[in-house]
Amino acid sequence: MTDATLSDPGRRRLQSVTYFVSAQRGILLAILIFVLIFGLYGWKQEVGLTANIINTAANKGTLLALVAMAQTIPVLTGGLDLSVGMIFLLTNCLASNMVNGDPLMTGIGIIGVMLVGLLCGTINGVIVVYGRLQPIIVTLATSAIYFGLAVVLRPQPGGSVNFELADIMTRSYFNIPVSVMVLVAVVLFIWIPYKRTILGRAAFAIGSSEQAAFMSGVPIARAKILAYALSGLLSSIAGLMLTFLTYSGAAKVEIGNDYTLNSIAAVVIGGTSLFGGVGSVIGSIFGAFVMRTVGDLLIVFDINPVLQPLFVGVVLLLAVCVGSLRLLRIKNKVDLYR
Amino acid sequence: MADGMMPLLRMENISKSYGGVRALQDVQFTADRGCIHALLGENGAGKSTLIKILSGVVKPDTGSVSIDGQMVAFSSPYAANAAGVACIFQELSLLPDLTVADNIAITNPPKRMGFIDAAEQYRFAERLLARVGGHDIHPMAPVGELPLSRRQIVEIAKALARNPKILILDEATSALTAADVARVFGMLKQLRDEGLAIIYISHRMHEVAELADDCTVFRNGRFVESFKAGTKSDEAIVELMIGREYKNVFPARAAKAADVAPVLKTTGLAWGNELKGIDLEVRPGEVVGLGGLDGQGQRQLLLALFGALVGMTGTVEVGGKRVKLSGPGQAKSPEVGMALIPEDRKNEGLMLPMSVRANLSFAAMRQFSRFGIVDRAAEDREIEAIVKLLSIKADGVDGPVTALSGGNQQKVVIGKWLMTKPRIVLLNDPTRGIDVGTKQEFYQLLARLAETGVAIIYYSTDYDELVGCCDRVLVMYDGSIGRTLEGAAITERNLVAAALNLAPAVSAPHSTNAIAGVVA
Repeated sequence: MTDATLSDPGRRRLQSVTYFVSAQRGILLAILIFVLIFGLYGWKQEVGLTANIINTAANKGTLLALVAMAQTIPVLTGGLDLSVGMIFLLTNCLASNMVNGDPLMTGIGIIGVMLVGLLCGTINGVIVVYGRLQPIIVTLATSAIYFGLAVVLRPQPGGSVNFELADIMTRSYFNIPVSVMVLVAVVLFIWIPYKRTILGRAAFAIGSSEQAAFMSGVPIARAKILAYALSGLLSSIAGLMLTFLTYSGAAKVEIGNDYTLNSIAAVVIGGTSLFGGVGSVIGSIFGAFVMRTVGDLLIVFDINPVLQPLFVGVVLLLAVCVGSLRLLRIKNKVDLYR
Repeated sequence: MADGMMPLLRMENISKSYGGVRALQDVQFTADRGCIHALLGENGAGKSTLIKILSGVVKPDTGSVSIDGQMVAFSSPYAANAAGVACIFQELSLLPDLTVADNIAITNPPKRMGFIDAAEQYRFAERLLARVGGHDIHPMAPVGELPLSRRQIVEIAKALARNPKILILDEATSALTAADVARVFGMLKQLRDEGLAIIYISHRMHEVAELADDCTVFRNGRFVESFKAGTKSDEAIVELMIGREYKNVFPARAAKAADVAPVLKTTGLAWGNELKGIDLEVRPGEVVGLGGLDGQGQRQLLLALFGALVGMTGTVEVGGKRVKLSGPGQAKSPEVGMALIPEDRKNEGLMLPMSVRANLSFAAMRQFSRFGIVDRAAEDREIEAIVKLLSIKADGVDGPVTALSGGNQQKVVIGKWLMTKPRIVLLNDPTRGIDVGTKQEFYQLLARLAETGVAIIYYSTDYDELVGCCDRVLVMYDGSIGRTLEGAAITERNLVAAALNLAPAVSAPHSTNAIAGVVA
């Protein structure tokens, strides 16, 4: 072989590691930002990072983390899902009605709530694919519908949830918050298997270049529908967690909108490209925690919490700037505008 | 192949039109097992359309396709893949953000317990890459970071990963080095011996001579002839490819005085691997054609002159003064006075939802505004003049430009740039997809512009146009100017020969006699 260096197995393995790390750089950056600001938060905390403080932070962050994960998958296909916040509210209101009673009934309720989330997402996907419409418009419209249904289910805040279960879901065991375990479970049992299916990979392919994906015989329609369906499912898990945290349901439009917009920011901080094709829900988890920790930092630094959006905005801009450094490499200016 | 045996692939009476343009008219094509079948023809002969039909990208208007005696009608590339047709496209079908291994195994990855087996996929990709001469490509590298020649190797490996019965290569070796090509050829011959039917499209005649068992020639969307390789000379094949009647649609050109100082001069213009030291001079009133096969650097040259390429080296002089081109905004300024009429009229030429007026006046806005405020009266006068000059047929200039026919839309693109009163006009295949009548008007306009002293660089994939319109043609090959044809030496035959790099380049550029001698 002419190229001795490249066919050398040791060197090749090293190259594999390099490529692997380089593919995770978005996630690594998000983790780095999170560790820095969470460390700062723990250091400024008078009592330090006690189990209690971590548990509270985890519970707050998990809701946004789940909604951001839901946002990630459509974004990977090059789309956007503006209905994640409203599916989150709708499933919260639904859970406050049906996740109750004996363990069997509670279990059926949980499955029912998740099926409704899956259905909402599937509807989004079917309309996007077969209506050949822009995802942003489709999900803007369906988000209004889902919010309307949430109001029908729960005109006034209230309802209830299986108390024992809610208690378990919001506590820590062995110093690990259950909410964090939920996130890990979603990664292990939904995200990783999904990534390793043809349709999961197709989501990346479509976001990377839909035309090339079509030419390669990638099943585009099915992959897109599944992406939106999974997004709905993850939103409904967030809705369940909200119910466990608040023991009730509430259809408040500003909460839904807030979660939708923040989920997009968390996805971007987490290293997922809004053009699609590159990214991971794991990055989005850390993106979400970064956003929540910025809020907590303001408290320990005694800054008016009203200013939170300002600081979140600065963090978001910084993360996006790092992400767009690659544009400096473009040599044909016409390509900049494609 | 064997007599009496049914061909693996049979395509009959295939026709396909895009809008009003007939891409294929009642053509036939067959391919046998264990054969490499070369499909030949000029740009626009319909080869690519045939391949797109066979690989499920477009549906034919009429005709039938059968594989192994079974009628098939592919609704998508996915269906074509499933039936054993794999195609290596000219525009690569790779996913830039995914790894090499992911790309190679995109539709049929190795699995374990229902999930993609990443380790096995890595080895699978490694084996395929080694087979096509890509052992230097790491399976985990993101495809977008590979150079073009390596991407082409990945594309070939990806097609093989589908275990095709019919393998199509559409200009699949255009970016490869000689050593790569040799390895790919070895592999293709081996696949042929294993019984695959291989359809090979290339403009490189020596490749066809080395590889093909059968040849089929298309011309102008029609089937011309099929024959065994080696039964015809290169000359005879070129004759088959171009042999259409010559229509005299071009206006007579006045002879040009050659001793005027050039308005545009470049020395050693280079950009990456795509432009390799371009020296050219264009005098006022001269129409200089860019010839050669599609994709030899002609577009990049025009973009380079228009300042759209970063990292370009070499010098550009306009009107005797050296200029540093920073972008289209500066290229169109009165000091430089350049205009580029792009090929992709829908994306680069027009703002489709906006009015004819807005489209026409956008590039020249500064010339009739003062302190940033548009002088509507001056704008109206200019627009009226240009609409008349180009006889743009529009229902008033305030309607959207989408309402116009393709030919009139193209006139708007041209008009938009003529409004800037350019000294130098760069044209990037401007007559693609427009009707004959508009083309004729366009040729006359070109002649008139040249008469008023505008220097024109004209890239066209239609050799007739180069013959009919140009004073000089620079034939590009692989990023440099292969040969220059001048005056009477600009014939279709010489253009094709020069584009295919058939005759050895024995003569210095500008020596027309030598060129004519070599080709004859």
